[in-house]
Formats: sequence, structure tokens, C-alpha cells
Amino acid sequence: MASILAVDDSASMRQMVSFTLKGAGFDVVEAVDGVDALSKAKGQSFNLVITDVNMPNMDGISLIKELRGLPAFKFTPLLMLTTESGNDKKQQGKMAGATGWIVKPFNPDQLLATVKKVLG
Amino acid sequence: MSIDMAQFHQVFFEESFEGLDIMESGLLNMDPGTVDDEEINSIFRAAHSIKGGSGTFGFNDISSFTHIMETLLDEMRDGRRPVTPEAVDALLRSVDVLRDMLAATSDDGEVDEERVQEQKAELEQILNGKPGEVATDVGAADAAAQPVGGVEVRPIGWHIVFRPLPHMLRTGNDPLRIIRELAELGDLKSAGDISALPALSNYEPEDSYLSWDLHLHGDVEKQAIDDIFDWVEDDCELIIMPLLPEGEPEVAMVSAAAVPAVSEPEVPVVQAAPPPVERRSKKDRRSSKDRRTNNRRQSGGSSGGGSIRVEISKIDALINMVGELVITQSMLSMLGEDFEMDRLERLNDGLAQLERHTRELQESVMQVRMLPISFTFSRFPRLVHDLSSKLGKKIELKMTGESTEVDKTVIEKIGDPLVHLVRNSLDHGIEMPEERLAAGKPETGTINLSASHKGGNIVIEIRDDGQGLNRDKIEEKAIEKGIIDEDHNLSDQQIYELIFAAGFSTADVVSDVSGRGVGMDVVRKNINELGGGIEIESDPGKGSAIIIRLPLTLAILDGQTVTVADETYIVPLVSIIESIQVKTDQINRVAGKGETFKLRDEFLPILRLHELFGIENPKASSLEEGLLVVVEGDGRHCGLFVDDLLGQQQVVIKSLEANYQRVDGISGATILGDGSVALILDIPGLLRLAAETGADSAAKLTA
Amino acid sequence: MNEPQAKIEAALENQGDEYLTFRLGEEDYGVDILRVQEIRGWEAATRIPNSPEYVKGVVNMRGSIVPIFDMRQRLGMEVRPYSKNTVVIVLRVKSDKGERNMGVVVDEVSDVLSTQKDRIRNTPEFGGGIATDYISGLADAGDKMIMLLDVDKLLNQGEQTESENEDAA
Repeated sequence: MASILAVDDSASMRQMVSFTLKGAGFDVVEAVDGVDALSKAKGQSFNLVITDVNMPNMDGISLIKELRGLPAFKFTPLLMLTTESGNDKKQQGKMAGATGWIVKPFNPDQLLATVKKVLG
Repeated sequence: MSIDMAQFHQVFFEESFEGLDIMESGLLNMDPGTVDDEEINSIFRAAHSIKGGSGTFGFNDISSFTHIMETLLDEMRDGRRPVTPEAVDALLRSVDVLRDMLAATSDDGEVDEERVQEQKAELEQILNGKPGEVATDVGAADAAAQPVGGVEVRPIGWHIVFRPLPHMLRTGNDPLRIIRELAELGDLKSAGDISALPALSNYEPEDSYLSWDLHLHGDVEKQAIDDIFDWVEDDCELIIMPLLPEGEPEVAMVSAAAVPAVSEPEVPVVQAAPPPVERRSKKDRRSSKDRRTNNRRQSGGSSGGGSIRVEISKIDALINMVGELVITQSMLSMLGEDFEMDRLERLNDGLAQLERHTRELQESVMQVRMLPISFTFSRFPRLVHDLSSKLGKKIELKMTGESTEVDKTVIEKIGDPLVHLVRNSLDHGIEMPEERLAAGKPETGTINLSASHKGGNIVIEIRDDGQGLNRDKIEEKAIEKGIIDEDHNLSDQQIYELIFAAGFSTADVVSDVSGRGVGMDVVRKNINELGGGIEIESDPGKGSAIIIRLPLTLAILDGQTVTVADETYIVPLVSIIESIQVKTDQINRVAGKGETFKLRDEFLPILRLHELFGIENPKASSLEEGLLVVVEGDGRHCGLFVDDLLGQQQVVIKSLEANYQRVDGISGATILGDGSVALILDIPGLLRLAAETGADSAAKLTA
Repeated sequence: MNEPQAKIEAALENQGDEYLTFRLGEEDYGVDILRVQEIRGWEAATRIPNSPEYVKGVVNMRGSIVPIFDMRQRLGMEVRPYSKNTVVIVLRVKSDKGERNMGVVVDEVSDVLSTQKDRIRNTPEFGGGIATDYISGLADAGDKMIMLLDVDKLLNQGEQTESENEDAA
């Protein structure tokens, strides 16, 4: 089954994402910020990364830039969770190499639909 | 897929309160005029998280309030807005308001709407001087871009030219995924174009060179197509043209790559209104206990269906205990791998721990099955109201202890017996108003229905201030029905208990209030089946009471293992008062009436279990050799004579009737640690058995 | 369990009746194989107080409590000590109250008898103490006659006979 790295500094969001995805049968690894995620991504490959944008230590945009630079993540779908309805963050994300985004607030069904879409 | 978002609420509240603390201390540290990037970033992040979480978990008021704070913080962070003492103070006050909002939401309390609105207004004032504008745009995405050009004819489909730019694969977007999604919208015909494929020497394997000419037929909104291309609009050349019914010219509508500066459509790929959050008005406010009961009522179902809604805290407690259990188990198995005698103490500690955890786990699991008895009680006010007017009586029903929790099975099974008993009180117990006045009693009779926990039991009482049981009438009837002989030697109490005898009904006229259908014998049987007992109290002219005792849980019982000869029985611990060894001088033989012993000031009959059950060769044949277990059943006490007591243990109750039949004096069976079966004694049943078989005269002596 | 299961399937295919046959002394009995739940060795049962003599007690069968009856005593035959051949046939018994599982102790299980309905004869009138009430018919198995037992009549009877045995106390 596909493995997913879920990155969010908020425990409740992280749990919700992780619980939803695990419930759908995915393997989920959680990370609490960009630094944590990057170190986990270096030790294991993932089929998909879902990351929050605003996080301490390393934010989501920087994480995406770092991940995209890793050979193992060259083509991996990288999705950002963002509350920014403006284009600012999306554009920054795209520039950094993000595949797409999921706009908060979202519910588990929407999350799953997007994930399944990306993972085919 | 339905996921109960409520399970994440507690974590959300916890982290939000932490976030508020971070915001508060950050704001207090802030020097007006200067901006410390890290400081304001962490304040912003905290607000941002609260906003995102509250939106996701459906707390829209919190989300919209936090949104304004976030906007203000964002502008301060970017340097677009100076950090003024006024702004900092306003933010600090907002933190307080937000904390109250979170606390109220978390505890189902009430939000001070007025204060929230005032604070919102203050923030908005700082933000733009025009209150009310900012708060509205949370979650409400701007309307999607309308099609350019005034095409009035509805298209029959779309012609899409999709040419990924070479780098598209490196954004993690797969053109085939996009085409697959398009195909889900309607009937898709695609033609690949490989004309852009370079000569092999120039070929970059990681670049995309293919493009597609797609015809999507069907009643598809352009928005749906835009949504699909949302993530890649900068990574491809895209032309979307409506396919018009014949005769209409094709009009190019949007080419994202060609017109990159066109206003970015606000296209939320994933967006939906968060689930509505329940709001409480002042009128709704009740004590938390009531509300809990009420919530349970709504969710627990009215018909005793197959599911039960359980509080998260109960589940969390279970998970914790399972975790503990796993740790203890692995500790024990490690210990067992190379065990040596000097580790015996650790083994014993481990086993003690295991026992404690198992017991806690068991209690928690049982807790899951517990529901308040108000489920059952709630029908009685209406019943009493209707029946008393029918009977021309004045009756007040008082209920206490409705929140007492009982096993779900009890809720399901106790209803009918209780209805019968309450009807009896109404019909036979409470007198007509004029009779009551003549007897010097208040015109209005009272029925008290109460539930409470007493020891290991649930006690339900139906007590009325009516005329009490008519001893003579019961006696007459019992003789008439051949239940007792005319020259019986029964006490008043024993006469009263005859109403539980099979086929006994005292109503002179079978009224449609009681007296029909089930009798008291069935009531007692139902209660016995629940592992409980029923007692009756009567005070002529003053009233009567029915007292029902039920075990806390039905699946498991705390038992005392006793042995007689080579047989093992379980005595429910709740029935045991004490165990004693008697001396000869404490025993009295009553001619023809068996044995009694004196315990403190009371003479108690002795039941020899081996005689009662026909057990051969008991180890203890004389009373001094064995033990007397002083037990209580249906309000009567006696000494149960057994060979020996073994340990106490919790046993899982199994039915004997499932495959066999009811056995007098036995309430069920259980499977012991070695896989063998042990029978569980039914103490009230044993007392009756003794009275019936005449093996002992317990019943006569307990009068 | 598997062998009777296979037999059951075979029985359904042949549209005939199959009976698990067992011996009590010199006599052969049969029970409808579709009622057989399990065949197990005899193991000590927990005695039930004040129950008829033929009720040997209850045992734990995968977590449920199943009563065990001695077939010899139930049919009024002489008691014989149990041996290593003694087996318990667990039967599904139907009554108004639903289905129950009960075990019967027999000397030994013999065979599975396949027979057609028309080869089963009505029970003749025996004299004396033979409890013909429980016998639904006689099957001709070549060299011997097999008494086919009506499981429901035989084992539901226990309910009523209980009161006859109060002298056990």
C-alpha cells in the first residue's frame, strides 16, 4: 500500500489527516515540522507528502523545495495544506515544486478524494 | 467514509490552549515599534493553527474570530502595519476572548456573544476602520471566474488542448492522472500528439514532450475542468473551448499559458462548508448531568438497538489500559524466557500488575455498557398521569436517582416489570381520594420511584403511601388457590411474598390497569433472570414498597469459590455477609425445624449445601469441621454450610438455560481457569429450595 | 467434524437419509446425521444438583455450557462404567424455545448408515419397559436392525422428568 508522509505542527490536524488516511488503508508516517519531515524523508521513500505550510523550524514551502531536490522525490506528489485563500502561498509552493494543494478547512472525505486522485 | 471528527476535538482544544499561551506571552514580550520576526511568527503560527483547526473541526465562530487576529498579525509580520501598543493590547484582549470561546466550546458552555462581537469590532477597527468586512470571507471563496464571452448556447462538451511544459513531471503532476480525471466527467476522446518529441540526442527523459487534443462530450461545467487543471495551470499550455451544437462557432475561452496574467480564478480544489456546529442558547442551558443524559438519550437510541455510543474518555481509558497490559505482558514474557528463582519477586510483582490491569480493563469495558436508568424512568410521569385520571385518583410521582447507571441489558429488560409494579401501586396501593381523606391522609397519594447504588447492587424502589398489602385477602386467596394449607404457619411477611407465587392475582376485578397479562411471578422471574432479587415491604394503612436489587453488571460477577466434597461452587460475593466457623455451643437444634446458630443477637438457620444438593461424602459432616458462609437473599439471612472456602475471583457468567434448563438454586455457570465448569449459586433460590424440599426449615425460621 | 460434514453433503446429494449409528450394549441406534454437531471423547462433567440420574452434568464446549446425558440411563438400560471407547455425541435439539446443543454418552460410535425413506419401518409394539416413544422407526441395515431415535422427543423430555427425581435431594 502506498505510504504517505503527513507533516503538520498541529497535533489535531496531524491526527485527523493520519487517522483518515490510515482508515483508507494507507501507511502514514507523521512529522511535526519541516526538519522532522526532511529527516524522515531521507530515511524512507514515500508515495506522497502532505504538508502544512506554517510550521516552526522549517515551513512547508522550504520543505517542498528541499524534498524536490532529493532524487527520490523528484516526481513524488507533494501537496500543501493551506488556509491561504490568496495565491501568494500557492504560487510560492508551486515555485518550490509543489504538486498541488488542499485548502483548509477540508473534511476527511475531501482529503481522501484528493489523495486518491493523486495516487491514481 | 465517515470519520467522527469529535475524536480529534480534545487534542485540538489542548493545542489551542497551548497556542493561546504562546500568543499571550509573545504579545507581552513584544516591543511596540520594533518587530521581532521570530516572535511575531510564532504568534502568527499559533493563531493560524487555531484558525485552521477550528475551521476543520467545525467551530466556525472561533475560526472567523481568529481569522481577524491572523490578518492583523500577518500585516504586522510583513511590516505593512506598525506594531502599536493599542494593537498589542487589542490582540491580548482578543486572546482572552478566544480562550473563553474555546473553553465554552470545549465544555459545552455558553459563549458571551456580546463580548465576542465587541472584540471583533475593535480588531476590525484597527484593521481597516470598517467593521464587518474582514470577518465575512472565511471559507467563502470568491465566486469562480465566469466564462469569458457571452456564449448563451449551452455547450455540448469541451475541446481541450493540453500541452504540458517540459518540467511538468517534476512538479509531481502526471498528465495521465489529469486525463483520467477528465474522463470521469464525461465521454472523452483523446488524441496524443508526439510532434514535439525531439531527436534522441536531445531527448531529456525527465521532460514531458507529449501533448493531447481532447474532446470531452457531456454536460460539463467549465468550472469542473478548471478545477482539474488548477494545480498545473502554470505548468502547461491549455486551451479550453466549448463544443457547441452544430452551426455554432468554436470560441476560445481561456488559455492559461497564453494569458498568464488573467485574474487567477479562486479555485479551491477541495473546499466545502465545515460541518455545522451545535450552538446552545440560554434556554438550552441545563446542568451538565442532564445534558449528558440527554445526549445519551439522543444517541443511545430508544429501542435498545445493537449499538451504543461511548464517550471518548471511556475509549481512551480502555486504550491506555490495553497499552499497560501489553507492557506488563511483554515484561512477563521476558521474565519467563530465562527465569530463575531469584527473580520470583519480580514475577510476583508482574503478576500482581497483570491482575490489576486486567481488572481495570474489565471495569472500563463494563463501564461502556452502562446507561442511566432515566431511559427507563422517563416513561413513568406520563403513565402515572394517564392512569391516575383514568382511575379517578390523585397521585404524585416522585423520581430520584435517574442518573444512576445500569447495564444496558437491565435497561432493556427492567422496563416491563417496572411498569407492572408501578401500575400495581396505582391500582391497588393508592386509595381513592375520599378514602385517603377519611383515613386522615393527604388526598394526593405519592409514589416514589428511586434508583441508587448500594454496595455492589443497583437498588430500585417503588414505594407508595397507600393502604399497604391486604394480608387477609392474600391469605384467603392463597388457600383458595391451593398455594398454602389452611393450617399454615406463615408470618405476615411470608404471606406478603405469596403474591410472587405462580398464578396469584389479588385483584377482585381484573381491571385493565393491572391484573392482566403478567403476574408478580413473572416480574420476579424477570428480575431473577437479571441476576437480581425482589423484596416486598408493607405497613398496613401506611403504604408498601417493592425493592429490586440488581447486580451492577450482568456479564461478570465477583465470586467466592466454595467446595463441598469434590464439587466446586461459586457464591456471589454480594450475597456474602461473612464466613465463620461455629462452635457447638452456638448451634441450636429445633425439633423438626432443623438447625440454627446464634450470630450476635440473631438466630440464623443453617443450610447444609451437601444435603440441599445431594452431594455425597462431604469432607465436613459436623458443623465444626466446615465453614458457615453467612449469606443474604431476598432480605433473609442464613448460614450456608460448606467444606471449605477457596479463593475469590471474578467469573464470567454463562447461561445454563441456553442448552439445558433452569436449575433451582443455581443462577448460572462459569468456566474456571482449568476449563472446567463451576455452577453459580442463587442464594434466594437456595432459600426457596430449602423451604420447598423441607430439607431444612429455613423459610419458617427466617420469618 | 470433517467426516460427518462430508457425509452430510453426500446425504443431501443422494436425497436419502443418513444416520450416525452407535451401540449401546448389543443394540444399535441411529440419529439423524444432520443433528450431529460434534463427536468427542468422554470427559468428566460438572454435576448438576437435583437433576435426573441420566443427566451426567455440564461441560464447557468452546465457551458454552452443554449438558451431557447418559443414553443408557435415559433409555432405562443397565449402567456400565465408561471406557476409552465411550464417546459423547453432541446433538442439536429443537424445541419450542429454539435450538439447544446437548451431548449424549454412548458406548461407541459405529458407522454412518445410508438408507432410503421407504426402507424405514414403523416401530412395532414392544412389550414392557422399552421406551418406544423415542424411536421414530427401524432401519434395515442388512444383518441388523437399527433403532432410529427421535432426538427432539428423547432430549426435550428432560424438562418434564425433572420433577420425578426430587428424591435426589
